[in-house]
Amino acid sequence: MSELSDLYQELILDHNRSPRNRGKVEAPDGSAQGYNPLCGDQISVSMKMNGDKIESVKFEGSGCAISTASASLMTEALKGKTKAEATELFEKFHKLLTEEGSSIELGPGMGKLAVFSGVCQYPARVKCATLAWHTVKAAIDNEDEPVTTE
Amino acid sequence: MFTVNPSQTVNQPDATPLDLNRIRGDFPILARTVNSKPLVYLDNAATTQKPTAVIDAVKHVYESMNANIHRGVHRLSVETTEAYEKARLRVARLINTAKESEIVFVRGATEGINLVAQSFGRTHLNEGDEVIVSTLEHHANIVPWQIVCEQTGAHLKVVPVDEDANILVDEYKKLLSEKTRIVAMLHSSNALGTVIPVTEVTRLAHEFGATVLIDGSQSVQHHPVDVRAIDCDFYVFSGHKMYAPSGIGVLYGKEALLESMPPYQGGGEMIKSVTFEQTIYNDLPHKFEAGTPNIEGAIGLGAAIEYLQSLGLPNIAAYEAKLLEYATAQLTKIPEVRLIGTAKEKVSVISFVVEGIHPHDIGTVLDQEGVAIRTGHHCAQPTMQRFGVPATARASMCFYNTESDIDRLVEAIQKTIKVFA
Repeated sequence: MSELSDLYQELILDHNRSPRNRGKVEAPDGSAQGYNPLCGDQISVSMKMNGDKIESVKFEGSGCAISTASASLMTEALKGKTKAEATELFEKFHKLLTEEGSSIELGPGMGKLAVFSGVCQYPARVKCATLAWHTVKAAIDNEDEPVTTE
Repeated sequence: MFTVNPSQTVNQPDATPLDLNRIRGDFPILARTVNSKPLVYLDNAATTQKPTAVIDAVKHVYESMNANIHRGVHRLSVETTEAYEKARLRVARLINTAKESEIVFVRGATEGINLVAQSFGRTHLNEGDEVIVSTLEHHANIVPWQIVCEQTGAHLKVVPVDEDANILVDEYKKLLSEKTRIVAMLHSSNALGTVIPVTEVTRLAHEFGATVLIDGSQSVQHHPVDVRAIDCDFYVFSGHKMYAPSGIGVLYGKEALLESMPPYQGGGEMIKSVTFEQTIYNDLPHKFEAGTPNIEGAIGLGAAIEYLQSLGLPNIAAYEAKLLEYATAQLTKIPEVRLIGTAKEKVSVISFVVEGIHPHDIGTVLDQEGVAIRTGHHCAQPTMQRFGVPATARASMCFYNTESDIDRLVEAIQKTIKVFA
């Protein structure tokens, strides 16, 4: 079971059991829906800016442990980041998931997100871990667009 | 028609027990390990493994006869054509068609349904007409009808199912009317295992003059199928789900219907003569087989059918019904497990959810234990919506699976519950 616990690390299990920042931010500056047609997972992300920094990100939806924990840890990691910093962090995170061994050099700055380094051993699960990030990227990109009340 | 009622088939006096040791030896892949554990393959509704007889048949084509068919006068072409047409004959006999020319080789059930939707549906549907499907359909038996409805102005109607995933025949009767042109329904559900009473469905549709297509993708490999007893107008299935190679499938159509239908694709093979002024189409079934077909796939399918018949489909049905009964009993013992789809008649498919654990996580833990199952919506999102779940875990069994495979499945599920407790 050693490989399995590489994937389902305690921090991931914890964030799956009690996800942080669930719900919707009030009067969001950006929001987006994400969908993984492979497994039917759905997520919606909303964010609030304070100046050029992200003040708060919240998410709703249903998904597997990897996608729920990833969304939860993402909402914590993005707090206080600028949009450019958030995009950069997503790129690093994506590399962590797809390029084996890269966690060592990417390590600093990844913080708790490094817990997902085990995912690269499970190519079928990479999309689960990136769903929330793709969705928040869409929310960031359309931040200036009028937000529809869905 | 032969249906799979566990209580009947288990006690079938004429069912001969299968020799599992020999059968498992016929499938080389069953000897491999996954994560250092012997493979338990329970994803047979997605695709089945291939016996040596099929692998050898395909190898034999390439090593000793490979040529294009129906045209060459040389020895190889003659031999390959004979083998290809012999496979068609085997398919015709398997499902008991009146003529072998009623068997059209296609890429799979999906292409068969698209062919009927576009060739038959598009020329017979008018604005306001109705096409009836069931809640349990695979996307392959929904989307082609949506497309042709959009093209013609016809409407799609859906037969509901009850809490156990039995189709509601009374509701079906209410949907049938003079407007019903086509009824397209699966024979058995890939997602939940429900066996549909297709003979009754067909008879009722015919009372209103509707044309009936049955998707047999999850039936032909599990029990005997007789298309003339069902009396359906079209029947489709895929080779790869019945121990044959992928990329080959079958469309059966009643001769008069196939004759009346325009070609689906144009090209070589499907013509008698071509001038720039006029093209004369070929006879059945070649009219619907444009281009060089999947020759080795068809021959492999013929070998798969021969293999299935050597075991005996009634024997397979009896064995699988017993295995389904065992698996259902074992999974029901786990308090956290909830079965989705408990219809009266089922093929050997069990869909389930585990309280508080997403099916994807179940699938990953099970894979770690060497147990291959399917997790997700099984290309049947409306079915998932009906039962209020985004996805399920599905163990689909066949005759090479054993009770010990089911025990491994149960142990792995219990391990999963521990990991996420």
